[in-house]
Amino acid sequence: MIETIVQGLLLGGLYTLFALGQSLMFGVMRLTNTAQGDFIVLGAFAAIAGISVLGLPVGWALAAVLPAAFGFGYLLQRYVLNGTLGRDPLPSLVVTFGLSIVIQNLLLELFSADPRSIETGGLASEGFAVTDSFSLGVLPLMILTVAIAATASLQWLFTRTAIGRSFRAVSDDREIAELMGLQSAKVYALATAIAFVLISIAGILQGMRTTVSPADGPLLLLFAFEAVIIGGMGSFWGTLSGAMILGVAQQIGFRADPGWGIWFGHLVFLVVLVVRPQGLFPKTRG
Amino acid sequence: MQNTQVIVERGGRHGGAALVAGGALIAIAASLPFWGESSWMREFVQIACYFIFAMMWNLMAGYGGMVSIGQQAFFGIGGYVMLALGNFADINPFVAIPIGALVAGLVALPVSYVAFRLQGGYFAIGTWVISEVFRLSISNISAVGGGSGTTLTALRGIEKATRESVTYWMALVCVVASVALVYLFLRSKRGLALLAIRDNEVAAESQGIPVRRMKLAVYAVAAFGAGLAGALYFVGNLRISPDAAFSVNWTAFAIFMVVIGGLGRIEGPLVGAILFWALNKFLSDYGTWYLLGLGMLAILVTIFFKQGLWGYAQSRWGWTLFPTQRRLIENT
Repeated sequence: MIETIVQGLLLGGLYTLFALGQSLMFGVMRLTNTAQGDFIVLGAFAAIAGISVLGLPVGWALAAVLPAAFGFGYLLQRYVLNGTLGRDPLPSLVVTFGLSIVIQNLLLELFSADPRSIETGGLASEGFAVTDSFSLGVLPLMILTVAIAATASLQWLFTRTAIGRSFRAVSDDREIAELMGLQSAKVYALATAIAFVLISIAGILQGMRTTVSPADGPLLLLFAFEAVIIGGMGSFWGTLSGAMILGVAQQIGFRADPGWGIWFGHLVFLVVLVVRPQGLFPKTRG
Repeated sequence: MQNTQVIVERGGRHGGAALVAGGALIAIAASLPFWGESSWMREFVQIACYFIFAMMWNLMAGYGGMVSIGQQAFFGIGGYVMLALGNFADINPFVAIPIGALVAGLVALPVSYVAFRLQGGYFAIGTWVISEVFRLSISNISAVGGGSGTTLTALRGIEKATRESVTYWMALVCVVASVALVYLFLRSKRGLALLAIRDNEVAAESQGIPVRRMKLAVYAVAAFGAGLAGALYFVGNLRISPDAAFSVNWTAFAIFMVVIGGLGRIEGPLVGAILFWALNKFLSDYGTWYLLGLGMLAILVTIFFKQGLWGYAQSRWGWTLFPTQRRLIENT
């Protein structure tokens, strides 16, 4: 039982990284990115392409993807998504949903439907033996560490820095923030750029831990979304706990019956939604 | 205070003519099994399902302000209920089509209790999760073939030509009935309330419109329609599987049709469905590039051409096939 929970928490680390970008983009500009999962997959494939097509060493390829994701996110928000924001959620939903279809089919055309993974030089199979039958993987522990570090930095960025202050300002009242001299279009673009760095980290780690294929995106989006809602809005630590709860729920489900693991995760999400629609740890910034 | 007398005008310049033309078109369409080829009928049934589904999505998004990515839940429920009634309860599948739709509409009531806790973009993804729950649940039921699906055996005794004609007529009736249903609903007092909610929810509530109840009504009607499309589709298809029945592609294509045709107008999904049919017919051989193009087109139209094709025609030439708007004209 303890093993299941520990595995669930490790899985939750990965889900945290899936969800942080979503949490950030929704928090700053109320934008629901339905292509979140596909961008995660795209990040993984960008690294794979860097390694296998351009022949870069693994470390260099990974290091190149992060700034590329930052730039891509900035431009996407500034020149495409900013035009879809508004009281009506439809334009941003249709545009991101369209992007999701475009990315899936583009990756399918370029890389075929085969699942692929990022070569880690044996890292993915290393582990410490805790007891005779139970060992902890090195890579999942690294992922969890990255997830906690990312959550802490994001929380720090939001509460302690000038950038974070501008994020909160445009989130609370865009017009007043603009009167105070902030350019919301640029603030939004910066938020999405940061979200895309997190998304590409998530994609790379997903590609190292298991495999990615072009059609994986929607499921990853659902996990990210469930983590955000379970955790409650307004706090990145909430998102982290939501991801942990989802990870543990799925592991318990998988243990009971492999066919019901994801189903059980969805069910826990729906129960939280009914019992506590504001999420378990909401912290709306006043 | 000066009172201005106004009269309410409904309908456009071409409304009457459109009605006559529509009636004639339906009459011609109804006689198709006597002179047409059976492949035309199959194609019509398919496009009818897409169209009904898209129209219901339009009702929710364009009038109810609820953007859902989970309408395939009700499409699948309609299909599976029809199949279960036909295969296990010996009910004629054609009779089971409306029952399947009804069950989908009823299932929407408890589902709304969960889904309505989310708004805007989160409502969209939340409904998608709910539809995944249905898909995974059905995948684990071995009586209907689990994940690999099953075949509708109840129609086995019926001759192929008869089956195809009846399916075709059924589809035609469903299309006409759902257009009429949506049209009359939107022209009624409730339709006016719905438009008020779409334009401003808070203002509508302050004028005494029961916003929550209206949204629930729209959600249930849309689920009924999606279930109707699903039941009809799988009577035509004879084979069902959870991945096909609860595929998010259904909603993706509905969004495409509505956005291209024009959101919030009955003509929108009609134009969108015809365009989608034509694109599908001539370009679907291109596979991934075709889907990629559909995605791009939806993005471009949303950004640069918000009203869609029919919206453009309406604002440019004043075309209206289904006059649901009311115009106030000063009486002098």
